[in-house]
Amino acid sequence: MKYGYFIKILLAFFLAFAPTQTFAKTIKWSMQGDSLTLDPHAQNEGPTTQVSRQVYEALVTRGLDMKIGPQLATEWRTQGPNTWIFKLREDVKFSDGTPFTSEDVVFSILRAKQRTSDFKEYISTVSGVKAVNDYTVEITTSKPNPILLNQLSNIFIMSKKWSEKNFAVMAQNWDAGQETFSATNAMGTGPFKITLREPNTKTVFKRNKKWWGTMKDDKVTEIHLLPIKNAATRVAALLSGEIDVVTDAPVQDLARIKNSPAHKVESTAQMRTIFLGMDQGADKLRTGNTGDNPFKKKAVRQALYQAIDIEAIKKKVMRGLSEPAGIITFPGVNGYTEELDKRLPYDVAAAKKLLADAGYPNGFEVELRCPNDRYVNDEAICTAVVGMLGKIGVKVNLFAQTKSKHFKELKDNQGDFYMLGWGVPTLDSHYVFHYLYESGASWNRVNFSNSDVDAAIRVMEGEVNLDKRNAAIAKAWKIVKDDISYLPLHHQVISWAAKKDVNVPIRPNNEPLFRFASFD
Amino acid sequence: MVMLVVAFVSFSLFNFVGDPINNMVGEETSDEERAELRETLGLMDPIHVQFTKFIINASKGEFGISYQLRRPVSELIIERLPATIELVLISALIALVSGTLLGVYTGIKRKGFLSDFILAVSLLGVSLPTFVIGILFIYLFAVILGVLPSFGRGEVVDLGFWSTGFLTISGLKAIILPSVTLSLFQMTYIIRLVRAEMMEILQTDYIKFARARGINEKSINYKHALKNGLIPVITIAGINIGTLIAFSIITETVFQWPGMGFLFIQAVQFVDIPIMSAYLVFIAFVFVMINFIVDILYYFIDPRIRVKGDSASG
Amino acid sequence: MDNKALTTWDKIKDSEIYFSFIKSPTAIVSSILLAIIFFCSFFVEFITPYNPFDPSSLSLMDAFTPPSWTSEGKVEFLLGTDGQGRDMLSTILYGSRISLIVGFSAILFSLILGVGLGLTAGFFGGKYEMIVMRLTDVQLTVPSILMALLVDGIARGIISRELHDEMAIYVLIFAIGISEWPQFARVSRAATLVEKNKDYVSASTIIGVSNFIVMFKHILPNIMRPVLVIGTIGLALAIIAEATLSFLGVGVPPTTPSLGTLIRLGNDFLFSGEWWITFFPAIFLVVLAFSINLLGDWMRDTLNPKLKK
Repeated sequence: MKYGYFIKILLAFFLAFAPTQTFAKTIKWSMQGDSLTLDPHAQNEGPTTQVSRQVYEALVTRGLDMKIGPQLATEWRTQGPNTWIFKLREDVKFSDGTPFTSEDVVFSILRAKQRTSDFKEYISTVSGVKAVNDYTVEITTSKPNPILLNQLSNIFIMSKKWSEKNFAVMAQNWDAGQETFSATNAMGTGPFKITLREPNTKTVFKRNKKWWGTMKDDKVTEIHLLPIKNAATRVAALLSGEIDVVTDAPVQDLARIKNSPAHKVESTAQMRTIFLGMDQGADKLRTGNTGDNPFKKKAVRQALYQAIDIEAIKKKVMRGLSEPAGIITFPGVNGYTEELDKRLPYDVAAAKKLLADAGYPNGFEVELRCPNDRYVNDEAICTAVVGMLGKIGVKVNLFAQTKSKHFKELKDNQGDFYMLGWGVPTLDSHYVFHYLYESGASWNRVNFSNSDVDAAIRVMEGEVNLDKRNAAIAKAWKIVKDDISYLPLHHQVISWAAKKDVNVPIRPNNEPLFRFASFD
Repeated sequence: MVMLVVAFVSFSLFNFVGDPINNMVGEETSDEERAELRETLGLMDPIHVQFTKFIINASKGEFGISYQLRRPVSELIIERLPATIELVLISALIALVSGTLLGVYTGIKRKGFLSDFILAVSLLGVSLPTFVIGILFIYLFAVILGVLPSFGRGEVVDLGFWSTGFLTISGLKAIILPSVTLSLFQMTYIIRLVRAEMMEILQTDYIKFARARGINEKSINYKHALKNGLIPVITIAGINIGTLIAFSIITETVFQWPGMGFLFIQAVQFVDIPIMSAYLVFIAFVFVMINFIVDILYYFIDPRIRVKGDSASG
Repeated sequence: MDNKALTTWDKIKDSEIYFSFIKSPTAIVSSILLAIIFFCSFFVEFITPYNPFDPSSLSLMDAFTPPSWTSEGKVEFLLGTDGQGRDMLSTILYGSRISLIVGFSAILFSLILGVGLGLTAGFFGGKYEMIVMRLTDVQLTVPSILMALLVDGIARGIISRELHDEMAIYVLIFAIGISEWPQFARVSRAATLVEKNKDYVSASTIIGVSNFIVMFKHILPNIMRPVLVIGTIGLALAIIAEATLSFLGVGVPPTTPSLGTLIRLGNDFLFSGEWWITFFPAIFLVVLAFSINLLGDWMRDTLNPKLKK
């Protein structure tokens, strides 16, 4: 009958394609999102930087140990409080063969300071940059800047010639949806070059033969980035061998991946703390039912704090992969101490009493805003919090949405109660205070304002004496911790899953460096 | 006419569904920058000028810039068009071929066990949501058996104007699961249609006559009956191309197939109006074309079909 | 709906239909299954002690409990719990209620719209009929899922977000209902055309009975049979459409999950060993849709042999 043929054809199909071939020279890399643009100055965002980092290099960079080290600059020194001299590497060529000189550095830093650049705030203290000679650059800052190197490690260097030739002298205006050559093409001094770019589908990185450095493993010649939005599909693709490494393995699937004889999982504490913010500035909650703002009272904030069973979240939602946090900064950041990181105890009875004493014996109602595709199990954490706060009578309505809308609406000051995560790329507490606690700061959406903290931040920015500076940091942490301005939840732990024979060293900032990748 | 209406609906989407500028920029954007952006996007003109512009641009295939991806919508659509078209064509083919075969079989052997089985399964097929089938397939073929890829298109070859997955082995492997998933619903539909047609035709006089003349059974079934039964099937299958395109939204989401449906569903979640209106206009265009072709076919093939088609649905 | 169903039901009881029902095991089995599902879904408050929609009653430490018959299962959670500690069985039943409410309301909506348009079109004829029939043609070519997505997309843009969560279920009903009406319109128009020419209708018109009464009192009951068949099959389609939309993340919000939402949420745990979170809602949905389809299939064969195609 006709079926016979049909089945035979099907069978033939399967047999012909069954032996999946693996090319030992390509690493197929997947994560949830894709780079938003290849223009290295247009978007200061995780996956975008992760992609740019493979192609572009900066004056200085963090190695596998997360310490700042030389990259395009070999050495540097300060000349007075506001002037820095950088000596450049002389054997560097861009992947199109153009030699790299100080002109390119001057061009790139000025490009990153343009109005259309997303890094203009990031290096706002840089007031001038000039080429002393072909391989020396002088950078001046408007005030003493102890964290300039940290900031420069994220400013990628482009070729002036290439940018001029391709009309990409200005950073791409991402907000206006500008199309530029630099947004769809990348040409840097780094170990890889991009040979194929299909946004949200596939990006192919090939080895840059002109790269000055040495690869850990010469067998690694190609990287394919294949973003997969859905977590289950991503895991399926890894388990079925279509993907070699996943840099955001879902926590619930780690056990399953570990069980697979062909795969391995690595976890490390990420440089990111997850917390909840409560707007204490508004006179009346936008989504409340009491006509006032309960968050203005410290007792209410403490009640919410003590009602959250962080260990249950760790066990059930995070499957053990989180570190409960007492402050919004993590080990390794200057200013962190274990003492500060201790949490108030979980105590529902105490929380209820605090709430009643504060004048809300029947609780109140409020909306909690959450991203649903940004942090590890973000929405699930929020759902758990909703249940826990419900037990002390606070009726929380959850509103979870995609990260770009979540962040934009937070910045538009629309949240009463929200989830946020904070990383510290500079590894110094100043970064936290400057953005989260300083009066009127861009991410200070709880509207915290304390003149002592503001004064301490001024000291952190200008004080060259480390002891005095650290004392200011400690004082500021004490004030904000006692005030319970935010509800810290936990330090995030990230997990990478990979095939057994593919080694891509895991890094706390979640950024893979494929020049350090190797095959067994 | 229909296109104009659709164009107006999508235009209204643009204008009345929130302020596009607010969708695009953050709080820190100054009023000047906002105004500048407004000017760039042509949002300062009076409504009728904007509508005329919209029509002109739409006819040129320009729908503005995606709020979410910040890239021209036309570019996004063109980039993803081949993926959807290939998926839909393969699915239509699978549905048509296997649906006809099974339909003919059940139409001829009306009382066999296999026939009953096929019909029961086809009813189950209608009851199984596409996404459940997709998840099942991924679990079975990609994770447990590990023979077929679970997502994406595999390697594609760029032909300049078209990127195809048909020229590489991984591309062919990648299309199997999504296309089978997508075709199942249509297939059950075609099985039932063909079966009914076959049963009806086998009752007609000329078949009885042919049988009486001693023409062998196979020849009757396939040469005479099927040939006549296929005409409405092909027209219906043609109309259903549109349905397949719509249902590809689900399949593409489950299999992360980089087509237009996947783009559209993300646009709906993000309220990315330019993509939504462009997709709307595109689909409307496809439907108008299909209806046009089918209308022509009706008159060319057999005017009787038109009459019959009406009464059959009544 | 109830009234109509009851009157039809009474008539059915004395007819050959009742007889054929008794003779058809598939019809009986599917009806019993449906009766159980409907009963459990609508009286779920009295059946289970849990209210999965009340977050404060949940304990996170109960999360991911496997079904009770497995070694780590607990007796109090028959089908296990999900990632929030919700009892799966009660969550499914509550979810199924939402799915059923959406399905029924959507079909009722399209039934009223479709029958209303079809009946009047068939009755009055002329330009009006032409316009209505042209509309159904256009609507029929637009696949339901696309129509529903568009309606939902537009609603998201127009309705403020706070309202959207509350409105979601109505939007969903409208979105699904709007794409199903042409079926009803076509059938009722065709049936009206047949009835219109019968003597009793012309007689009533002559003695001065108003058009309205003729249409709804005389013609309507006579076209209920095919409408009921289409309604039943449409119900299965509507339930699947609802599940699909919720699966795509544009349906009802996760705080009041329908079956589709549950499958979507459970999908994340497909590989992690917590299979029951997605498996049970999926099976439940399939059984529900399959039973309705079986019943609809039987009804089509029995009530209206003409519709066999």
